Amino acid sequence: MLMAVIITAGAYVLASLGSDARIPANIIPFLVIVLGLLLGAHIALRRLAPESDPILLPMAALLNGLGYVVIAGLPDTPGRASGEVLARQQAVWTAIGVAAFIATLWVVKRPRDLVRYRYTFGLVGIGLLLLPLIPGIGKNINGSQIWVGIGPVNFQPGEVAKVVLAIFFAAYLADQRELIATSVWKVGPLRLPDPKYLGPVLVAWVVTLVVMVYQKDLGSSLLFFALFVVMVWVATGRTSFLVIGTGLFAAGAWFAWKTFGHVQERVSIWLDPWKDPSGTGYQVLQGMFAMAFGGIAGTGLGLGSGVPIPASESDFIFAVISEQMGLLGGALVIMAYLIMVGSGLRIASRADHAFDKLLATGLTLLLGIQAFIIIAGVTRLLPLTGVTLPFISYGGSSLVVNYVLLALLLRLSDQHERRGARARPEAVVA
Amino acid sequence: MNRSIRRLGIGIVVLYLALFVKLNWIQVVDKQALDENPLNTAQVRRDFNRPRGSISTADGAVLAQSVPNPDTSSEFERVRTYPEGALFGQSTGFFSFRYGSTGLEKQYSDLLTGSTFKQQIRGFGDLLVARENVGNVTVSLRKDVQEVARDALGDRDGSVVAIDPRTGELLAFWSFPSYDPNYISNPNGTQAEAAWKLYQDAPGQPMRAHQYQDRYFPGSTFKVVTGSVGLQTGKVTNDDPRYPTATSYTPPQTNLAISNFGGEVCGGTLPQILKVSCNSAFAEMGQATIGGPDMLSGAESWGFNKAAPIDLPDPAKSAFPTDVITNPPKLAQASIGQNDVQATPLQMALVAAGVANGGTVMTPHLMTEVRDSQGEVIERYDPKPWLTPMSADLAETMRQNMIGVVQGGTATRMAIPGYEVGGKTGTAQLGTDPPRSHTWIIGFAGDPGQAPTVAVAVVVLNQSGANESTGGVVAAPIARTVMEKVLQVQRGG
Repeated sequence: MLMAVIITAGAYVLASLGSDARIPANIIPFLVIVLGLLLGAHIALRRLAPESDPILLPMAALLNGLGYVVIAGLPDTPGRASGEVLARQQAVWTAIGVAAFIATLWVVKRPRDLVRYRYTFGLVGIGLLLLPLIPGIGKNINGSQIWVGIGPVNFQPGEVAKVVLAIFFAAYLADQRELIATSVWKVGPLRLPDPKYLGPVLVAWVVTLVVMVYQKDLGSSLLFFALFVVMVWVATGRTSFLVIGTGLFAAGAWFAWKTFGHVQERVSIWLDPWKDPSGTGYQVLQGMFAMAFGGIAGTGLGLGSGVPIPASESDFIFAVISEQMGLLGGALVIMAYLIMVGSGLRIASRADHAFDKLLATGLTLLLGIQAFIIIAGVTRLLPLTGVTLPFISYGGSSLVVNYVLLALLLRLSDQHERRGARARPEAVVA
Repeated sequence: MNRSIRRLGIGIVVLYLALFVKLNWIQVVDKQALDENPLNTAQVRRDFNRPRGSISTADGAVLAQSVPNPDTSSEFERVRTYPEGALFGQSTGFFSFRYGSTGLEKQYSDLLTGSTFKQQIRGFGDLLVARENVGNVTVSLRKDVQEVARDALGDRDGSVVAIDPRTGELLAFWSFPSYDPNYISNPNGTQAEAAWKLYQDAPGQPMRAHQYQDRYFPGSTFKVVTGSVGLQTGKVTNDDPRYPTATSYTPPQTNLAISNFGGEVCGGTLPQILKVSCNSAFAEMGQATIGGPDMLSGAESWGFNKAAPIDLPDPAKSAFPTDVITNPPKLAQASIGQNDVQATPLQMALVAAGVANGGTVMTPHLMTEVRDSQGEVIERYDPKPWLTPMSADLAETMRQNMIGVVQGGTATRMAIPGYEVGGKTGTAQLGTDPPRSHTWIIGFAGDPGQAPTVAVAVVVLNQSGANESTGGVVAAPIARTVMEKVLQVQRGG
């Protein structure tokens, strides 16, 4: 943990040296606050969940800190607040995120209690998704109708919905997994899960997808699809469901590509961004140029080329990191997510209740797949679908929700480890 | 369930591996292609936002410098300005976000921005000090001489090159029309584009550095090369051969005679025919006395068919035809600087400088030294020879012959009282109806009995009239004025 803080601080000093050869004093307090917050989160974790996984929080802190430094070093761009302003806001959001993290650890003592409220979670999740569609409070920002504005605060309820729905899926599937696994609905040669038992989950899922596609939030749709299919697969252990799910995805993707102009556009940019380099392909190409310019070792933190990349503070922050820290920095970020995924899945496999396992899997998946989707989009491995890079991107809702997600994962791990610690002496006595 | 979770883990690892591979592809395998993509502005943006040193003349005039951008809303902190504007436009070149860079700005970009290896190493010590790691370039050009060159040429198209024959350092490097790089370097893209278009459409191609990027028929100034090659091969001396006094010379394999200007009758030994610029005699010297192979290798030993190694980008190659060996009529014409012989003004200045400097042509150079922001010298230029087409004693013979041309030949208007001046005129006919020509002069000057300290080449394009005296009338006074200024500056210390 201390390492993460030191690395962040060091990176920040380097970055400020780079950008104007002096440390901007007005930013320092904010950095100190950010680092203090992360340390605070660490101490709270050790008190509230002492036996929890020791890797997850430091990794998240490292990514959060790195994101902060990169955001602070972003050049002024017309139409966007300066890096300095964004960094201050990000510090505030980090504070809220850490508060939410501690609150979650404090409130949720036993994750299994959440099972009782599963339908509430399901309804709340869908309700949250629908919020932005309500005239008056819904807002369209950057072409996606996924924002809600109340007073001066804008947030994306969809971010919250992801975690809430993951809880709902886990609770429902933990209950019904035996039934779903054994009852097979035969359609010709196909062996599908019986929709009777999947009912509410299926409904929630379909509604979600429809809403998200309607809101043009393709990245989140993709994430939800993966979340649902994988959780059903893990719950039932039936690989055929995974295959069918993938097939369904292919069919759905084809349908979406045929039907929606904005999906078609994304795919054609992905296939050939050079066709319209100053229009639709601009963002992807600028990102590629920036990354290539960084090369292996990067240009140095805060010393980017200044190639303008739209959304460099959020969706495209990975391109900025790869430019400034090079292949080494990009690989470091990828490794950090992989380590977090590894820890998350270890928590899942060690948990001894089906709900705990499914919840840990679902939460880990949200984190791991979301990071994959956006990095793959930025590097043109997949068509670009805008989602934030967890813990790194500028953006309040995403950061806060990811801290809640992290708290839940850590609570799950603490609960298991503590039970294990208690169980062991008994076993010796027996 | 644990089996599925394990498989899920493997699946995610595979996905992330794909990310890593793709990242490698972009940042390592494809890096060069992406970096060089014309749509990619990363490189030029970085250069544009870097501190950049100044360029100054030997007499202290600032030619290019970076100043804070008055437009604070611009994404660029600095703008590049050229206080002398068009006077040195073709030497400094421009440094434009839209159009890249040319001239000294391009040649010394790394030194100016402090990004040479040497400067980077020095820069390590300055890590914690607010000090800009830049290089300030000083060039050998002089503003006072350049102004004299500009005023002497006036608004006639042409070039004036003055060089120190002992070092190869350029003293004046002017051509008209020139352009003002301030407009092209305007960080406002639309304004830069408008200026660019204006200059592109302007007559005389102002953005070309005619002094070293354009070639013209050298006319009779090339006779200095022919004569020097004759001396160096030993086939010609100041006494022998004595060319017949005639109005024309007809080479083998043709009936087309090479005539003297205005049907003049001339002939005699090398000093005599050089004085009056005798076409028939030099045509015969090149064709019959020296011969194709020696003429070709001789011309190349003076720098023809090569680009002069000046420290500016994209110098033009001066040309001497290679097929003269099998084409005697062409050889005869080439020997008097006609047919396919073409030379840059810089090349002809180097011919004069080579004769003046004892047969050694020094590498033409602009940069003399580079200092860091603290005034410490980072790099200093050491003069280097480029070619040695002649032995010192033969060069001295040729030098005396050229002095003879000023004392009693076609270049008398170049004489400067109190100095020893040598030269050779040239008139390259472009057409006879109406008669037009490029008028040339090359020459050198210095204290009597001493090695010359300045060499020049002047070409004034497209002048009316086409007789041999034109070069002496039009170009000689310009060369004299410029050399006079140089000598005055040199004597003054």
